[in-house]
Amino acid sequence: MATTAPPSETISATQEFLSNLRQLPRNLKDAWFRLGRVPGSEREESQATFHNLFLHLHSVRVHRRTLSPSLTLGLGLIATFSFVVLVITGLLLMIYYKPSTALAYPSMKDIHYVVATGRFIRNLHRWAAHIMVIAVFAHMARVFFTASYKRPREFNWLVGLGLLVLTLALSFTGYLLPYDQLAYWATTIGANIANSPRELTDALGITPYFDPGGLQKRLLLGAQTVGEDSLIRFYVLHVFLLPLLLVILLSVHFWRIRKDGGLARPEDPAGGWAEWGGKMQRVFEPLATKTYGLMAVVRGRRPPVNRGPEGTVMSWPHLFWAELAVFMLTIAITLVLSFYIDAPLKELANPAVPENPAKAPWYFLGLQELVSYSAFMGGLVIPSIAVIGLALIPFLDRRPGGEGVWFGTPGERTVAWQSLLFGLASTVGMLAFTVNFGWLRNWFPEIHQLWIIAINPGSILVVLFAGWSLWVLRRRNSVRLAAVALFTCFLVGFVVLTYFATVHRGPNWQFYWWPSQWPVH
Amino acid sequence: MPDANDVKPSRLAPPPVTRRSFLSLSALVSFLAAMGTALAGVLRLPKPTVEPGPVRRYKVGHPEQFPLGAETLFAEENFVVRRDAAGIYAIATTCTHLGCAVARTSEGFACPCHGSKFADNGRVLAGPAPRPLPWLEISRAADGQLVVYVDREVPPGTHFPV
Ligand code: FES
Repeated sequence: MATTAPPSETISATQEFLSNLRQLPRNLKDAWFRLGRVPGSEREESQATFHNLFLHLHSVRVHRRTLSPSLTLGLGLIATFSFVVLVITGLLLMIYYKPSTALAYPSMKDIHYVVATGRFIRNLHRWAAHIMVIAVFAHMARVFFTASYKRPREFNWLVGLGLLVLTLALSFTGYLLPYDQLAYWATTIGANIANSPRELTDALGITPYFDPGGLQKRLLLGAQTVGEDSLIRFYVLHVFLLPLLLVILLSVHFWRIRKDGGLARPEDPAGGWAEWGGKMQRVFEPLATKTYGLMAVVRGRRPPVNRGPEGTVMSWPHLFWAELAVFMLTIAITLVLSFYIDAPLKELANPAVPENPAKAPWYFLGLQELVSYSAFMGGLVIPSIAVIGLALIPFLDRRPGGEGVWFGTPGERTVAWQSLLFGLASTVGMLAFTVNFGWLRNWFPEIHQLWIIAINPGSILVVLFAGWSLWVLRRRNSVRLAAVALFTCFLVGFVVLTYFATVHRGPNWQFYWWPSQWPVH
Repeated sequence: MPDANDVKPSRLAPPPVTRRSFLSLSALVSFLAAMGTALAGVLRLPKPTVEPGPVRRYKVGHPEQFPLGAETLFAEENFVVRRDAAGIYAIATTCTHLGCAVARTSEGFACPCHGSKFADNGRVLAGPAPRPLPWLEISRAADGQLVVYVDREVPPGTHFPV
């Protein structure tokens, strides 16, 4: 430790001042880096972790299973780091972007063509957003298939779900800001989806008295059509409110990981031997009968007295190296993509002529396909069912077991495969049927709208998936397996619909085998 | 006489509520009620009282400009004006599904967004559109020109007699 020489009685204040001045660089460095060197002992390593505000989110020691890349695939970290990239690039874009209908598009053009590195920064923002959405979805699937939502982590699963919704909301609000054709029509469609409860209230004839759809749309747009008011609302949501909420929820998410005892992992075996990395290994010295009940102020298992911590390693440096590696990977992928592929900028928004086809961002295209059967059912009811269903998972499946292992309980892998095939077959079959034969309105032109809201390819898929899951529940007699069946089906359905709408829907939302066959106009 | 504290609380004999805890609870409840009301008032803010944006009411010209059997498309304003034996009428060209602007086709209108198709008179022929294209109110301004109200719907078949 560096210390200043104690001022003796004999030196004058001037001398003391000068000597302090001489030692300034060194003392400054000491103030910043309290240890002053790379930590050498485990004690210093733990101090390095918990004396630092940012590092102390981590525990001082981390279980070796948690570090294994095949458990987490680093997906949560990738999502977090792409959010960091989004915040930084977003701030830079805010310097030039002007949120008004007259100036938004020209300022985007400036960013694209005039501002030094502007196009690159915008590309980074765009690609990081895509990566974040993918990573968040994949992270959710990872947590589900490793059963990591089980007690005591139910609450964190809900927080994660909130983060998923916020991520999608951020993407959606960001979509309007360039104010080009793509933006204008995607937002028009989105706002009218918010308006779609009117489909039901109109069919029932109660819209003049009870109009939740109209209210939602007005709150979102601040007007009847997309314009100045909508742009400023979306801007405020996108650059302030939603990121703020996301940061808050993200902090809770991290905090809960610590409080719930780290990432979910299987119980360390009593004998100290466990199958690990393909062979039996001694993971700790067995000794314990007594546990540190009082010391364990976190939930989860109590550390047994005298049991060696061999299942864990020091966070500094092992965990931090791993995190740094994921960080570098995320940045590298984002940089490469942004270098080669530009974010699109279409013509200025034109309320008279929609883009044809007018497609939402890709992660909403599955929804757009459903919306093309019924706006209310596909745009609001089915997504709400999906979110509520996801939220209920940890509360309906409460039997412990399989935590922290991919497909950890017997039969999961089989059910997942079966559900994959079932989901694939039913979604593809439903799409093929609809494309070839049309739907109710083509057969009965005078049919009442209520029938179409209730019975359409989207709602039939939901019923099929639910039926399949119930069948698994009865047949396999396991709630977890039923949950696996349902989750897999929804995931497959989501992916297939997204793919289908991206590739096979062309102008007038007609079916084409490839975009190259679209008619030129 | 047994002390009140000796009685084990049960559902039949719940622990006594002290005056202090009752008062604090009431204070808390009234605080929450006040906050809730204030919050509800504040949250009223984002709902626009006056609908901003353009007034969607357009002067389209004198009746003579619309000859019998002809159709005039107002693309920017999103409606068509037609005249037949019974008079003049206007139909909106905004899709009733999710609000895309529909395009004119030989059999009527087609929406590029999710493939809704409408007949000439606005009736839904195919696709997800839940309602026919709305017929719009027409009136005559003081200078004799016709005015079309895009935000006011009239029952299909309503003509403006000229
Ligand atoms: S907006 Fe016209 S079909 Fe969807």
